[in-house]
Amino acid sequence: MAKKLMKGSEAIAEAAVQAGCHLFFGYPITPQNEIPEYLSSRLPQVGGTFVQAESEVASINMLYGAAGTGERVMTSSSSPGISLMAEGISYIAGAELPVVLVNIMRAGPGLGGILPSQSDYFQTTKGLAHGDFRVLALAPWSIQEAADLIQDAFDLADYYRNPVMVVGDGLIGQMMEPVEFREDRRPIKELPPKTWASTGWKKDRPKAIINSLFLDPEELERHNFKLKAKYDEMEREEIRFAYYGPEEGELDVLIIAYGTVARVGLTALEELGEQGIRVGMIRPITLFPFPYEAIRNAADRAKHILVTELSTGQMIEDVHLALRDGRPLHFHCRLGGMLISPEEVIDKVHEILEGRSEEIRHG
Amino acid sequence: MAEPVFIRPESLSDVSTHYCPGCTHGIFHRLVAEVLDELGLRERTVGVAPVGCSVLAYNYFDCDFHEAAHGRAPAVATGIKRARPDLIVFSYQGDGDLASIGMAEIVHCANRGEKVTVVFINNAIYGMTGGQMAPTTMPGQVATTCQMGRDVELAGYPIRMAELISTLKTPAFIARASGHTPLHAVNAKEMLRRAFRYQAEGRCFSMVELLSTCPTNWGMPPAEAMKWLEKNMLPYYPLGVFKTPDGGDRAPHPIQPDGRD
Ligand SMILES: Cc1ncc(C[n+]2csc(CCOP(=O)(O)OP(=O)(O)O)c2C)c(N)n1
Ligand code: SF4
Repeated sequence: MAKKLMKGSEAIAEAAVQAGCHLFFGYPITPQNEIPEYLSSRLPQVGGTFVQAESEVASINMLYGAAGTGERVMTSSSSPGISLMAEGISYIAGAELPVVLVNIMRAGPGLGGILPSQSDYFQTTKGLAHGDFRVLALAPWSIQEAADLIQDAFDLADYYRNPVMVVGDGLIGQMMEPVEFREDRRPIKELPPKTWASTGWKKDRPKAIINSLFLDPEELERHNFKLKAKYDEMEREEIRFAYYGPEEGELDVLIIAYGTVARVGLTALEELGEQGIRVGMIRPITLFPFPYEAIRNAADRAKHILVTELSTGQMIEDVHLALRDGRPLHFHCRLGGMLISPEEVIDKVHEILEGRSEEIRHG
Repeated sequence: MAEPVFIRPESLSDVSTHYCPGCTHGIFHRLVAEVLDELGLRERTVGVAPVGCSVLAYNYFDCDFHEAAHGRAPAVATGIKRARPDLIVFSYQGDGDLASIGMAEIVHCANRGEKVTVVFINNAIYGMTGGQMAPTTMPGQVATTCQMGRDVELAGYPIRMAELISTLKTPAFIARASGHTPLHAVNAKEMLRRAFRYQAEGRCFSMVELLSTCPTNWGMPPAEAMKWLEKNMLPYYPLGVFKTPDGGDRAPHPIQPDGRD
């Protein structure tokens, strides 16, 4: 297929269709409305179903029902809507259902604003809801990558029987960029048939019970360990990140950023390179599992580390965990929907090198 | 050889339930199962259990099942039915589940006209959590969170779900029945049969509200609970058909004309 100029939200929606998403349930919220709008007309064209739910609480529970029948399903929302879905996501993880969730993050807390933010990093990776579970979280930095990751997300969800969340800051939803959908795309995982699905019971297989209730503590403990084994496998097999900058030798500064903030970081890195400053950048693509080891290895050859985020400091806690040694970090953020500019990053790097930047210590 | 005249419906699992002695959940499980058997629907039925005393319904019905979050069964049922329209999908929900926390889901499921069946157990109390006030608790009825009896000045009046849902314009089958005498149970089964038949024919959303007892949390023996239901609930919750998909007729048709509000 030729490259087509698409808005991020529409590319995400089309990617879902290309991946065989059959049902979408959602409730309007800016800045992701183009996803449900696009799918409301597109899904019926391919025999699928779109339902505008009465709330995000309803959409996530519709998703739970539809996923239980074995169909590929997706919902999307933005920060406050994801908060409302929390209980349902926990049930889905507990019942081991494959679903794809999209969060086009906006600034909070509360109603906050509608402009780009990365303030849901903790929510995505640490505290999506009650109970001991994880979701695999993918963070694209371009529209093409968003489309690719959405398609991978369906395979990963099916393989792990677990929710997979694609998180984009608001820019990912609103930007327009060229996108290409590959026609020869193959699943990235070997996917077993969904023998567990509830499709009507003719007594030719075990009865399908889609459920997260385990009243016997020993049974629940076994279930918890089974889930943990999946999260461990994700940590072994699914870490994705990208590195930019000099491959060898000492770095003056290592930048760590994800999503569109990393694009800004790359522009700054190139300009600083021209000034003779050696800057590298690690961009986590999976937020869970987090590329701890890659960050540790790159940090080993960096004099200074700079974390940039559109939050008051959320991913930086994982960077501290990655480094293990309590090493001080530098941090730059913009909040409330304001964006980080390449100039800000360049200035910050100069401040660091001139000893004018305040260091942040953890714990 | 003697022929058994009363057997377990195929749609009921061969297990004993955890319900309290004399609880009407058991009666209504059986009636739903008999209807599924008689209409030949079991093999393509998927049930949705609520959070409430019937949370384990997935162990008691012999068909595929989902266990939903508290109040969300109509949304879960919507998801299942939209994914596989050929399935027969029913939710089985208590009054806290359906009329309190799940009010939005039931109203919108009905209003979209989802082709699913809702079996609504109204026992005027929260059973599972230990007898707290429900939206359906009767005025003056004692519950653990209204220990002087429900005060309508503070808590309002009990919600009549069958009437409320039947005000929606979308075609539906909405009925209320009871299980406090064998005659009423026969009528309740008839209502359930109509509800599932309308679904099987792809006609409309259907909901049957079933007046039930909770001897344990009402604090009375089962037989007395049946009488309490008759004396206190029947006058406020009239039995009958409130709405049919054929249009128009929304008048309740009580089988006990004197049990009217
Ligand atoms: C989100 C959430 N809130 C509260 C509860 C606790 N809870 C469990 S059952 C129940 C009430 C059930 O009452 P009802 O629906 O009337 O069913 P019954 O037990 O009487 O059959 C409540 C409040 C829960 N499980 N989840
Ligand atoms: S607590 Fe009430 S509703 Fe629950 S099983 Fe016992 S009698 Fe039935």
